[in-house]
Amino acid sequence: MEATIEVSGLSKRYGSTVALDRMTFRVTPGQVTGFVGPNGAGKSTTMRILVGLDRADAGTAKVGDRSYHELVRPMTTVGTLLDAAAIHPARTGRNHLLWLAQSQRIPAGRVDELLEEVGLAGAARRRGGGYSLGMRQRLGVAAALLGDPPILILDEPFNGLDPAGFVWMRDLLRRRAEQGRAVLVASHLMGELQDLAGHVVVVAGGRVVADAPTRDMRDRYGSLESAYLELVR
Amino acid sequence: MIRAELTKLRTVRGWLFGLTAAVVLFVGSALLVAAGSHMSCGDQACPAPPVGPDGQAVEDHFGFAHRTLAGDGSLTAHVRDFSGIITYPPPRHDQIVEGLVPWAKAGLVIKDGTRPGSPYAAVMLTGSHGVRMQHDYVHDRAGGPTGARWLRLTRTGASVTAYASLDGKTWTTVGTVEMSGPAEIGFLIASPGDITVTENGLGGTSVQSRFTQASAVFDQITSTAGGEWRYDEVGGGGPGADWEKYHRPAGLEASAGRLTLTGSGDLAPVSGMAAVPYLAGTVPALLAVLIVAVLFITSEFRRGLIRTTLLASPARGHVLAAKAAVIGGVTFTVVLVAVVAARAWSTTVFRANGNIVLPTGALTDLRLAVGTAALLAVTAVLAYGLGVLLRRGLPAILLAVLLTVVPYLLATTSLLPPGAGEWLLRVTPAAGFAVQQTFPAYGHVLLPYTPAQGYFPLAPLAGLAIAAAWALGLLVLAVLRFRRADV
Repeated sequence: MEATIEVSGLSKRYGSTVALDRMTFRVTPGQVTGFVGPNGAGKSTTMRILVGLDRADAGTAKVGDRSYHELVRPMTTVGTLLDAAAIHPARTGRNHLLWLAQSQRIPAGRVDELLEEVGLAGAARRRGGGYSLGMRQRLGVAAALLGDPPILILDEPFNGLDPAGFVWMRDLLRRRAEQGRAVLVASHLMGELQDLAGHVVVVAGGRVVADAPTRDMRDRYGSLESAYLELVR
Repeated sequence: MIRAELTKLRTVRGWLFGLTAAVVLFVGSALLVAAGSHMSCGDQACPAPPVGPDGQAVEDHFGFAHRTLAGDGSLTAHVRDFSGIITYPPPRHDQIVEGLVPWAKAGLVIKDGTRPGSPYAAVMLTGSHGVRMQHDYVHDRAGGPTGARWLRLTRTGASVTAYASLDGKTWTTVGTVEMSGPAEIGFLIASPGDITVTENGLGGTSVQSRFTQASAVFDQITSTAGGEWRYDEVGGGGPGADWEKYHRPAGLEASAGRLTLTGSGDLAPVSGMAAVPYLAGTVPALLAVLIVAVLFITSEFRRGLIRTTLLASPARGHVLAAKAAVIGGVTFTVVLVAVVAARAWSTTVFRANGNIVLPTGALTDLRLAVGTAALLAVTAVLAYGLGVLLRRGLPAILLAVLLTVVPYLLATTSLLPPGAGEWLLRVTPAAGFAVQQTFPAYGHVLLPYTPAQGYFPLAPLAGLAIAAAWALGLLVLAVLRFRRADV
């Protein structure tokens, strides 16, 4: 299996609102791909369709040459972070990861390993309801990394993190990309992406308006931020 | 996936608390009701009713004129007269009237001695159900020509055959039953109490039984057994009713080939006595279980956790089925434990209060325990299905209660007319409560077999099947809707 994400001709409407209009792009392994665009441009919808939560009206969305629902133990192929707040407040962080691990037949030892890695070992046995936004974000990342997947899909992974958390997240994503994984990161933080992403997909109004190496964007527009502002205007 | 869902269920403290509460409520209610039930008979323990050959507690009280039957033989007689009195019947309950209650009995009987509860086979004329052959208290069948007054009972080898006739010449077989060993053969007279049901205000009924007496004159008697006709009041020995003291005592009068037998009582399974109330906590426990079952799924919708669940297991039908299996399986196990504990504990308390513990039979006990666990499990799955459909906790809980607990309470507290109540217990998921019926309804025992008295319109498994069909239907609907939805 090749660690790629392939979105092709994806369209989706909600009533009369067009959310996606023939969205097409490809994410290749070995680098972080930035996924940027204004609110409502279709980033989250695309990601949700990629992992089978929403249904497209037309087009295909494949992860590793397959659609998500064909994957066996899907979290060992694709790690996803969409909404870090989606935990049960009464369940501890460790138990949250534990049921996820059990659903993928991943040994429980991996859970403790990951809690250590994302810096939640000390809070692992506390109820998730008491977690700060940053801690939830770390728990969400731990869930995404649980199955050691070759593909990562992360929506605003920097949300709620403190400055040390930014550094940690940046390193984590870069390291995964260097290991030959495909990493798709949706974010509004142009400064972060400029240093981190090797490639950028810019979307607006449900379609791709630019799909190029970050370096090319920077060369042409001066910075990723300028490129973004120019492209989505 | 099952294991992951089990982990989810056990790692939310509120749900564990809810399931524990279900057990505590179930056992606690049973104990409370048992502790509140008292029975006393003067200053001594109440005598337990005899137990019949089939294991039921039985009433075995009748007037018996008998001879010893060694081996084969037969008895034939004509019922010349059959009459009686009923004390203070409805509507005004103010006078004693002449008449027979529907199951007053006069006829011939072969019985294994006079010990109450011993086996027997009998053919009899009844107050208003014609000629019947009955044996061993719980078995009854109609037969013979309409209006027959001639009865015959014969024993050949190990079988007893009953006949009836209009003229004493042409005989019709009513039935044959197996019965061997030494026996007494003779005449029986019995007249069960007159049962009336009174509504007492909001949601309660009381059942009353008033004294009746029957009297039969037998003539044209042909008996292969010889000797005197000896009289015994089987199962008697009480103080006797005022009627017996001042007007007409029970007993036998013999004159010129004619026997007049007068008496009261019945040969029938015991009625109107309560079983150990160990299922009293079903509704409170059910409420606790319903809430947990609904929250088990709606909390996932509320927090968006359902998306994480579907990322881990994209096959949505499987996810919903696994969750249903977990909530149903856990409920079943937890309730089974609760029933076993409630039964053991409340039986001790019930007995200590002087109550008589009626034998129910191992199969019935098993059905009550497993059936109650299944009833709550099925209802939990139903509530969970509503949770999937509505996606919100409170509406799903309310609707689940409206579909299960409310019809049950309406039907069993006589807030509704019995017809409407029974209809509810046929079509709503509350039909499943039928699995909790302890004693069968007997066609030959006149009782108000209403939900308020613990009798349900459907057979136990049929009722449970209705509830299960509801649960399954809602689950299928939920899966169909959920499978194509964006979450």
